[in-house]
Formats: sequence, C-alpha cells, structure tokens
Amino acid sequence: MSLMKLTAVELGKKIKNKEITVVEATKAALDAIEEKEAKVNSFVTVDREGALKRAEEVQKLIDAGEIDSPIAGVPVAIKDNMCTKGMLTTCSSKILGNFVPTFTSEAVLNLEKAGAVILGKTNMDEFAMGSTTETSAYGETKNPWNTEHVPGGSSGGSCAAVAAEECFYALGSDTGGSIRQPSSFCGVTGIKPTYGTVSRYGLIAYGSSLDQIGPVAKDVTDCATILEIISSHDKKDSTSVDRDDTDFTSALVDDVKGMKIGIPRDYFGDGLDSEVKEAVLAAAKELEKKGAIVEEFDLSLVEYAIPAYYVIACAEASSNLSRFDGVKYGYRTEDYEGLHNMYKKSRSEGFGPEVKRRIMLGSFVLSSGYYDAYYLKALRTKALIKKAFDKAFEKYDVILGPAAPTTAPKLGESLSDPLKMYLGDIYTISVNLAGLPGISVPCGIDSKGLPIGLQLIGDCFKEKNIIRAAYAYEQTREFMHSPLA
Amino acid sequence: MKQYETVIGLEVHVELATKTKIFCSCSTEFGGAPNAHTCPVCTGMPGSLPVLNKKVVEYAIAVGLATNCTITQNCKFDRKNYFYPDNPQNYQISQLYLPICRNGGIEIETEDGGKKTIGIHEIHMEEDAGKLVHDEWGESSLVDFNRSGVPLIEIVSEPDMRSAEEVIAYLDKLRLIVQYLGASDCKLQEGSMRADVNLSVREVGATEFGTRTEMKNLNSFKAIARAIEAERERQIDLIESGEKVIQETRRWDDNKEYSYAMRSKEDAQDYRYFPDPDLVPIIISDEWLDEIRAAQPELRDEKLERYKTEYNIPEYDAEILTGNKHLADIFEATTAICNNPKKVSNWLMVETMRLMKEAAIEPEQLKFSPENLAKLINLTEEKVINSSVAKEVFEKIFADDIDPEKYVEENGLKTVADDGALKSVIEKVIEENPQSVEDYRSGKKKAIGFLVGQTMKAMQGKADPGMINQILQELL
Repeated sequence: MSLMKLTAVELGKKIKNKEITVVEATKAALDAIEEKEAKVNSFVTVDREGALKRAEEVQKLIDAGEIDSPIAGVPVAIKDNMCTKGMLTTCSSKILGNFVPTFTSEAVLNLEKAGAVILGKTNMDEFAMGSTTETSAYGETKNPWNTEHVPGGSSGGSCAAVAAEECFYALGSDTGGSIRQPSSFCGVTGIKPTYGTVSRYGLIAYGSSLDQIGPVAKDVTDCATILEIISSHDKKDSTSVDRDDTDFTSALVDDVKGMKIGIPRDYFGDGLDSEVKEAVLAAAKELEKKGAIVEEFDLSLVEYAIPAYYVIACAEASSNLSRFDGVKYGYRTEDYEGLHNMYKKSRSEGFGPEVKRRIMLGSFVLSSGYYDAYYLKALRTKALIKKAFDKAFEKYDVILGPAAPTTAPKLGESLSDPLKMYLGDIYTISVNLAGLPGISVPCGIDSKGLPIGLQLIGDCFKEKNIIRAAYAYEQTREFMHSPLA
Repeated sequence: MKQYETVIGLEVHVELATKTKIFCSCSTEFGGAPNAHTCPVCTGMPGSLPVLNKKVVEYAIAVGLATNCTITQNCKFDRKNYFYPDNPQNYQISQLYLPICRNGGIEIETEDGGKKTIGIHEIHMEEDAGKLVHDEWGESSLVDFNRSGVPLIEIVSEPDMRSAEEVIAYLDKLRLIVQYLGASDCKLQEGSMRADVNLSVREVGATEFGTRTEMKNLNSFKAIARAIEAERERQIDLIESGEKVIQETRRWDDNKEYSYAMRSKEDAQDYRYFPDPDLVPIIISDEWLDEIRAAQPELRDEKLERYKTEYNIPEYDAEILTGNKHLADIFEATTAICNNPKKVSNWLMVETMRLMKEAAIEPEQLKFSPENLAKLINLTEEKVINSSVAKEVFEKIFADDIDPEKYVEENGLKTVADDGALKSVIEKVIEENPQSVEDYRSGKKKAIGFLVGQTMKAMQGKADPGMINQILQELL
C-alpha cells in the first residue's frame, strides 16, 4: 500500500514508532504533488526545499522527545488565505501575487508546535469568494474524482489535495460552506468549528463575522485530532473564545444510542438532487440502526439564509478588502496618474470579476440610504436564523442533512450563473450565520461516480456531538479513495 | 443694520495618554524614527486583528463622567471606510452608532460673570491615522505609521456657544478636566488636543440655524478666536450681499488670517459605517463604572474651592495654581512638606512665574522637586538665609533642582547671626557715612535705607535686614 493512503493519525503513529521517517513521508507527499499537480492543480505554492528542511528538523525534535503529538512529522497543506511567514500567501489573487507575510497565522503556528511539516499553499476561490475554486487567479483546481468537474470551493485546493492524496491533511476556511461543500464534492471529511474556536489571527479576512478555519482530512479521527490541535484561545483575536472543552478526540466513540437527530424537512425540498437525497437519508437510517432517535422537523427561515449571507459577507468583504490598494504591498499598476488613478487601476487590474462583484454589492448595501434596508435587515435575519437553530437544539443533539444540493458540477458551468451558484450554498450558509459547528462526511457516490457528503450540524460548542455521530456513521462504511489517489 | 448672532459647536479631538496604542501593543511615544512604533496591526497587514486597549475605554469613561455624560454600557466600534494612504486599512475604527458617552455638558463662566451650560452631544473613541511625508525632491510621498492607532476621543458639543470667548472658556474648562483626569496633556500646539469649529450665523431672534461651515487647522486658542471672528464676518458679508453660505469644510491659515474651502457637502464621502466585526461589543458593567467613578481624582472646581477654604490663600492665587494641574500638584506636594501654603503660593506665583516667563516654558516643564522648594521655605522661615539670598538660591533650584541646604552651606550664604560682628560693621558704616547719619537725625527717616544697604553690602548679603534696621536705630 502506498504511504499516501494513510490517514494523518496512522502516519503519525508510524513516525512515532520509527517505521517511517518524517523525511520519507514528506518526500512521498512532494513526489505525489509533482506527479499529480498537472491534473489537479490544488497548489498555488509548493515549498519543496523548505518542507524537506523542516522534515529533518521535526525528525530531530521527535527523536529528542521534544514533540509528542499524534501528527508530529505529518505533512500538511495550508489554504492560501492563511499567512505563513516567509512563504507566498496570495489568496489566489493577482493583487497579492507577490505578498510574503511577516508573521504566521495562529492556527498554523499551533500546527507547527505540534510538529507539522508544511508542504505549501493550496488553491482557492479568489479571497474565498466562490463555490468552485474557478475564481482563482492561478487556474482552476480539478476534482480528483473526475477532472472535468470542479472540486467545490472555496477550499477546493485543500480538499482536492487531500482527495488526490498529495498531502495527509489540510487546513481550509469556511465562511459560508467553504470547507464542508468542497469536502462533500471531493469525498473527504471537513469540520467548520463553532465561531471563535480557532483563532482568525493571520487568516486574511473575507467575512470576518463568519470566517472560521477548520481541518480537511480523510476521516473523522483525523479531523477531530487536528481540530483539537488548532483550537486555542488567542488574545490577538478578540472574537476568540476561551474554551476548556476542546478535547474533541474524546468524542471518537462508536455510540449514538439515544442521540436525538433532527432532519429539517426544509433541506429536502426543491433543488435537491434525488441521488443526494437518497444517500443522505440512507445515512440517517444507519444512525437510527445504531440507536439514534431520528425525526423530521421544520427548521424554517432556510430561504432567507442566502440573501442575508450575501449581504453580510459582502458588506464585510468590501471593507476588509479595501486595504489592498497597491500602496503598501501587493500588486500596483504600472502606469498611473496620481493617487486615485493608482488605486483605481491597481484594484481594477488586481481583483477578479467575482471579487469585484462582491465588493460592489457590499459597498452598495452599506451606502447611506441602503444600510437599514439591506445591512440591518440582514443582521436581523441572522439573529432570527440563530433563534430557529436554538429552538431546534432544544429538541435535538444533531441536525442532519446534505452538505450541498448536488454533487460537483462540471467545470465552467457555475460562473456563468452566479445566482445559481449562490443557491448551492443553501445548506451550509445558515450554519455560519448562526456560528454553529458543522461537519461533512462522505456518504456515497452518485451514478456519475462523484462523492456525496452528509452534513451534521451541532449547537454552539457542541462539536463533540457531531464528531460522535460522524464517527459512528463512518464505521458503517469503507473509505473510498479517489481515482487520482 | 441687522444684528447677527453666532452659533458655534465644537468637535474636539483629544489624544489619550495611554502607553500603548488603541488596538495593538505598540508604543504611543512621540517621535522616533519613521515606522519605529509599528506592527502588523497598526500598519493594516492582511490577517492582523485589532484588540482593544482597556485603558482607552477607562479614560473615555472618566472624561464622560467628568462632563456629566450618560455612559453607553453596551457600546461598539464601527468602521469608517475611506481611501487615503495614511490610513493603512483604508478604514478607520471609530464609533458612530453607539458612542461611549452621550448627553453631557459642562458649565462655563460667561463674560458677564454668569454661568452657562454647554451641552456635549457625544464622546466617541477612535484611532489616529499615520502621517504622510511629501518628498520634496522626488515624485513620491512617504508614510509614517507611528501615529497610526494612537487612541483619540472626539468630544462633540451641542451648538451652544455664541462667541469666541465662550468657545475659549469651554475649551479651557474641557482641557482642565481632561488634564486633571490624566487622560491627556491636551497641547494644542503639539496636536494632542485639536478643535474643529462648526459655525453659522443667524439674525438675532431667529429660531432656525443658519448654514454652517466647519473650520479645521486651529492650533492655538488665539487662532481659534481669530478664525471665529473672521468666519463670522465672512458669513455675514455673504448674507448681506445676498449670497448664500455654502456648507463646507474650510481650512484656517493663521498667518494670513484667512480660510479657504477644502471640500463642500456635495463632495462629502459616504463613509459606509458599519459595526467592526473584528471587535466584540464593549460591555461596561455597573461594577466597572463604579470603580472608575471611585477612582476619579478631584477636579478643578472642587480643588479651587478647597484651596480657598483649606489653605486660605487668595482667590486669584488659587485660580492660577489650580489652572494648571502640574502647578497644583507642586503646590500641594510642597505644602504637605513645609505646611506653609501662603509661602508656597508666593514662591509659585511670583518667582516661579517670573522664571518660567524668562525661560519661556510651561508648568509641565518645571523640573524642581517640592522637597527642595519646601527646604528653601524652611530656611527663610528660620531666618537661616535672608530673602535676597533665597531668591538667588531659588534660581538654582529652578534651573537644576539643587538641594538648598547643601548649597547654602557650601557657598557660605547663611545670614550672620552674631550680634557683635554685625554691630561692629554697622558702627563702621555709620562712621563712613556722616551725611546719611545727619540726614536721619534731622528727620529724613528714609536715609536709614541707605545705611541698611551699605551694611548689607559689607556683610556680602549674609545678614538679616530686620536685625540691621534694629541695631542701626539703636545706635543712631
């Protein structure tokens, strides 16, 4: 069996037991990248030299007993919107095409402390705006299950890299489904934790009130292990929460007896692909067989999540992205006359169409005269959505549904109709609006041979419920490697 | 001829005296090489996040309480979006929707000796911007982010002032409050206090406000007074000649005593304010508020009252001394040691003021210690030195904060207290100045002054003039 088929935790054990060296594992990943990148394009930057050097250092630290973590020495890929000191960080945008950060994001620092070896930075939708990884300035990433299809987005590079087995696990970020939807499309597992669990320090913001970093890996065990490592209370992030219940691996128990699982009828209406529906309901049956109490209920307000999300996320993005102006770093236009012309040309040339669309939308909803009608209304909608979830979690431990209405669409199909693309986020977006944790786990393959994802949603700070349910479900099926793996 | 009334409201920016910036731990120290006091946060690097400096909130609350404001116990920061290179994120973190203080006011004395309350609409917290340096030789501009993120509060008054005098009285009062709280040194010249003047005129008796202008770049109380007069005249001239006052921002040039339009309301930007999602709401508990309230120092009005009653010093002296926090601090510290408030007040009011004027320095720059002034006062009280020696010694204390006891000892400045020695010198003086003796004896009592002077000269100043006078009278 190829080394790359191992999960992160399995590899970590072998490294610890000295069956495999960190350098061997790193070389294997780098070789896989070299072999597959032409087909998948999941990376923007591969740091071969740095990774090998780091691998040697980590091996020494492990040998000296200075690092003892389940993922010590395991190579990882980082989404390109997390700052990495000295390593290009582009957000898959031309405007940050030359940007090398002076500091490393907190989540990545936590991984480094645990002995992670960073292979490089993964491709994404430009500034995490998109659901297909086609808005990247560095070419689209392809789905390892069928390279004519998209990997989903915006963490498409991270999910494709895990599915193609170019790395053992990856970090993604999720503002409206950007970890869960591509995990679903690529047949891997991804968690978006409760807002505030993983520090956002060093994550280049898209929608600050919605953004969360989370792990993408082959299975639930890996995801729980990595999430446990990257979670921290960070004083540099005012929205970071001081939690003492981040021992997520303690929830890796194959037992859902008595667990109350609610299935929102609203998630199974028009627009849901019948094969996806079938697979997700079959997964619910498996959990029921294991003793969970599964019932349907009406969540309500689902149709308001998408407009509310696009108003809030774009409003924040329009302000967050204003710092990219060609003055201090990043792309600056070559010819310009005066300051305002420089701003205009640098930004016009540096940002892609989807980013511009969202900046314009966000600027519009914050303009005087429209603020109350759009932005405030969206905030009120967000509060109502949270209330609807609160009510549901009075009855249920976990909410179960699909991660996306369909499996991965073909390349080039989505961008021509952005409204349709936005609708694809319907099941994931409200989770961000309510700040809840959500996990996507593979639950089947459709007739086109593309993976289907099951989404489990928990109440705030109840990651353990969804990890337990996902782990129990995962025990009922075999992990399926993608054809490119 | 129509009579016009001036209507003025102020927006006062005060730089807070925190050691570190509002959203990062960089120093707020003035000066330093360009960009020496910067980090990823205050230079707006991608991925950096702001974390609020609690001290900023405490100072803002302290100022709010001292100006009778209602404190917003659940307040938030908002982003003010605009593009300018001194603003690294291209938004300023400020407060629009829920400012920390609202609905306050302070009482000022009007020219006729009456009292008037000037309303405070709100006080909000915000960050300062960096500074652009225009390269005179090259084609470029450089930016220094040392000031970026320095905490400010903006105190917005109601349009309650009617003259330059009222504006100055309001600013003076505000400055003293903030200085007494230790929240800022409030120096207009250095920009730690900046006032923008909103001014309109209307016919006396009118109830509607006229169109207002906003005046910027006012660097001293005098400039403010001049700008107010000039703007009042300019607006009246426009109205009298049938033209309209345009709502605009104007910049005052104090050298030319003239203002020019910077931007009109039509060019006003839409700042697209919205709550900053990187910062959580600030919840100010009753307990926290009580703590800050309990820690409020004595403010100027209370101190003035206390000086008059507790120290029994003249009202004028009390006003001058309490008119500067630093001076009041020296007064109280010195009095606490030597227990002689009148003498302390005298030294501060006369000699200190004289020397400060000569050296052209502010009370904040005084460097002598209360201990040494107290020692000097004790030396004179115990008649160890006479008053002219004391003045000489004080100059040394003022300049170098020397220990007067040591200095008097080392330089042999003690008054000669030996009656015999003094008597023989006086006898000699009488002998050498028969004319003066004659004058005195013939009734010209003033002539004794010359003899005292001569004796003092012979004693090299080290004698008690009272004692000389007494012995002279006896001998004559």
